[in-house]
Amino acid sequence: MRKVYNKILNIVGNVITVKATDVSYEELAEITTARGKSLAQVIKLDGDLVSLQVFAGTKGISVNDEVRFLGHPMMVTFSDDMLGRIFDGAGNPRDKGPLLTENMIPVAGPAVNPAKRIIPNRMIRTNIPMIDVFNSLVVSQKLPIFSISGEPYNELLARVALQAQVDMIILGGIGLKYDEYMKFKFTLEQGGALSRSVFFVNTASDPIVESLMVPDLALAVAERFALKGKDVLVLLTDMTNFSDALKEIAITMEQVPSNRGYPGDLYSQLAARYEKAVDFEEAGSITVLAVTTMPGDDVTHPVPDNTGYITEGQFYLHHGYIDPFGSLSRLKQNVNSEKRSRKDHRAIMDGMIQLYAQFIETEEKRSMGFRMSDWDQKLLKYGGMFRSQMMDLSVNISLEDALDRGWKILAECFKPEETRMRTELIKEFWPNGAK
Amino acid sequence: MSLTTGKITGVNGNMVTVAVTGNIMQNEVAYIIKGKERLKSEIVRIGDGVAFLQVFESTKGLLIGDLVEFSGQLLSVQLGPGLLTQIYDGLQNPLPEIAKEYGFFLPRGVEKKPLDDEKLWEFTPAVKKGDLVTGGSVVGHVPEGIFQHAIMIPFDFSGEFVIEEIVAAGKYAIKDTICRIKDNRDKIFEIAMTFRWPVKIPIKAYRDKIVPTEPLVTQARIIDTFFPVAKGGTFCIPGPFGAGKTVLQHILSRHATADIIVVAACGERAGEVVELLREFPVLEDPRTGKTLMDRTIIICNTSSMPVAAREASVYTAVTLAEYYRQMGLDVLLLADSTSRWAQAMRELSGRLEEIPGEEAFPAYLESRIAEFYERAGLVQLYNGKTGSLTIGGTVSPAGGNFEEPVTQSTLKVVSAFLGLSRDRANARRFPSIHPLESWSKYESFIDKNIIIEARELLRRGNEVNQMMMVVGEEGTSMDDFELYLKSEFLDSVYLQQNAFDPVDAASNRERQKHVFNVVRKILETDFRLETKEEARTIFYRLRQIFIDWNYIDMKSAEFKTQEDEINKLIEEHSENEKGV
Repeated sequence: MRKVYNKILNIVGNVITVKATDVSYEELAEITTARGKSLAQVIKLDGDLVSLQVFAGTKGISVNDEVRFLGHPMMVTFSDDMLGRIFDGAGNPRDKGPLLTENMIPVAGPAVNPAKRIIPNRMIRTNIPMIDVFNSLVVSQKLPIFSISGEPYNELLARVALQAQVDMIILGGIGLKYDEYMKFKFTLEQGGALSRSVFFVNTASDPIVESLMVPDLALAVAERFALKGKDVLVLLTDMTNFSDALKEIAITMEQVPSNRGYPGDLYSQLAARYEKAVDFEEAGSITVLAVTTMPGDDVTHPVPDNTGYITEGQFYLHHGYIDPFGSLSRLKQNVNSEKRSRKDHRAIMDGMIQLYAQFIETEEKRSMGFRMSDWDQKLLKYGGMFRSQMMDLSVNISLEDALDRGWKILAECFKPEETRMRTELIKEFWPNGAK
Repeated sequence: MSLTTGKITGVNGNMVTVAVTGNIMQNEVAYIIKGKERLKSEIVRIGDGVAFLQVFESTKGLLIGDLVEFSGQLLSVQLGPGLLTQIYDGLQNPLPEIAKEYGFFLPRGVEKKPLDDEKLWEFTPAVKKGDLVTGGSVVGHVPEGIFQHAIMIPFDFSGEFVIEEIVAAGKYAIKDTICRIKDNRDKIFEIAMTFRWPVKIPIKAYRDKIVPTEPLVTQARIIDTFFPVAKGGTFCIPGPFGAGKTVLQHILSRHATADIIVVAACGERAGEVVELLREFPVLEDPRTGKTLMDRTIIICNTSSMPVAAREASVYTAVTLAEYYRQMGLDVLLLADSTSRWAQAMRELSGRLEEIPGEEAFPAYLESRIAEFYERAGLVQLYNGKTGSLTIGGTVSPAGGNFEEPVTQSTLKVVSAFLGLSRDRANARRFPSIHPLESWSKYESFIDKNIIIEARELLRRGNEVNQMMMVVGEEGTSMDDFELYLKSEFLDSVYLQQNAFDPVDAASNRERQKHVFNVVRKILETDFRLETKEEARTIFYRLRQIFIDWNYIDMKSAEFKTQEDEINKLIEEHSENEKGV
């Protein structure tokens, strides 16, 4: 029987301190208050003084409340019964289903041996041309959507989840607004994907410490499914909330902040989560698609900045479009070569973006009142078509259809030689046969 | 001698405090005993009866009162034949070996031998009984892949020793005694082919450190011609994310003409290391005909591996690099990224509750960075040979802003600065080294004055470009416009290089000299240009032919024909019929 303590010495922020012995680092404890029970995790040992972060927050905790140590670190259940279920940040059901206590596994396990990783080369098709054609998503990639409040990033996430050819979807909601959470649930239900999904959701009204656990829970479960051969897509939204929760605890613990109040280990903390993305040799994979909202649309803010150094590219979501500039999939070369995709894939990818860049310049010139030449007119027509037929998020077509559509747009706006495409490709793909 | 032990009194992240009574020393290695696991740690501070340890592994599950054993040794690496082609973690554990035994994940508290004890090496002695030796003297050789690996007296043997006995040529394992030496008090020491060396102490078993002058040819034109790096020199590559730091490092690790490459993947993405791990064993090194792996050691402590070991990994890498330098080889160490190493120091410093400096980095950041780069150098060894260690580190400045402590501390100590620019990367101008902001204190194999002129042209071309954005092409004089086109030409055909083209990816010294002469000729020619449209057409045409030329093997016949084509075009449009 574990010892029970009922003398809390300090309560500061969401951290309490008790005098206790035989407590291990990162062990869990259960605190029983008048309002109910909450889990807490050991975050510091100093002699017999034990500091714990309380998942449900410290509001209403009295100094005589009972603290019972559980003798194990954070665990989560793992089984096929989890499919279609929704849990909170402490791993408890938030739907009306039964509590699952079978087969508990530890979270935040060890890193994958780099020598066991393989070079990823399988594309995840999403039927979104801005992703499939221009910045292909690759199995085992970790990729954030950089966006700002008000943009439809969660809709985009839900759509990718629904259309991506993966075996399983695990959603980690961190500080998610309640209606956004309901929308996710509704979208996946409508799309018939709920039965292959697991949700870990911490909403904006839930305790903030619990949000810290969400990525670890989601990724631990994903890792087990991947080891069983499943291709798992993990969605994390919003990692800026996660970073802010880290900041809050760090400040409470009187750690020296490094940049805008964030702790010095923000990079390592984010990397520990994102690096769980992996393609296991002879087993399944984990692909991580996350949302990072940029406070003040500032990409040099510590959260997007550190994230950019960790992830394998990023999608910028601006004004409802995935911005072709700045968006980058670092792994796209692995999947869009002639060997792995259609032979005109790279040419369309580069050619259309170069022309779009020229269109942007022309658009600027126009807004400054410069006279528009014939070439400018062509570019303006092209830019409009590119936006409405390729960039618009409602466009929902396969990679091959998108490539064909690319050629069609080019043919409607330009002569073949104006596109700088290789002659050989023009012969093969130009609609209605080019001279 | 019994080992000192202690008991844990506190745990905070990867920092553990230990109550201890025996003798301990700063930077000593200690092990926390947790059942079968032995968690390696290092003493980073000593208080009254308390040792502060940074633990190289996860501290999850540690208890107050857990046993700690002190080893009496500084953090060190094992040196000897067999290091090449290895893939180590930051503490020199061979990762493929661990994978064989433990599968997908990195287990906690496990140590593996860095070198194979049993493997036999063909030893040839280089000394005989009665010869005088000292620390660093070569007593024999074993073939290691493409190199003759020198077997040396451990570097901490100072003073003169006499060879008492040396084994005959034959096959020996690294642990076998191969010679016995005697000091002036007749004390005998047994020497094996392997020994350990503490990573934080530079190896100084050489006669002299000399000034690096000879360029280390990296086969990247913009570096070798404009911002050269000398053998034994230092350089840094700062750049925001997405500017191509790691790609540039990979290019250097493939094509640089050093004998040995040590890659320290420090706190970066695992995926990037995997590319090296999977591709180097199959990519051929054109200079040796063997695979690239044969000349490479990879130290890999990626971002999700424990932070403290990240700090150690840089030292592990530089020590292995120094060891091969002692054999008279040219070694290149590439550290990606030194910012992650600095962040590891910052995390540790925070846990020690030290007074923070700028952006919470510790006050000693600058001196640590300086000490690290100072381990580079061209040295003259006791046997008269020279060896060099060149160090290049990437820096990942927060927000891409070079005014941050790590970049600034690094710039103070390195002799070449290859600054990457996001704008150039966005414009797909690779390598994205900024030609106006970068600098090097070393000399290129191309005359200095010519380079100064070329850079001046780039600067003025840039000015004209800026001006054109305001006044438009119409408001720009023909001379200025020509200048602008020339600078763009230099940029497109020479500064930019296609890393994915088998020929263009690597440009050797001979080719660079040859090609740059042609570039120069074009830059110095007065072209006969009537309209801007015509000027643009001529230069675009020149550019096209020139880029095609870059893709042609210098040894092929086509190379000459293409060059004639360029010359013809220059003459056709030159103001002065003969060209310049």
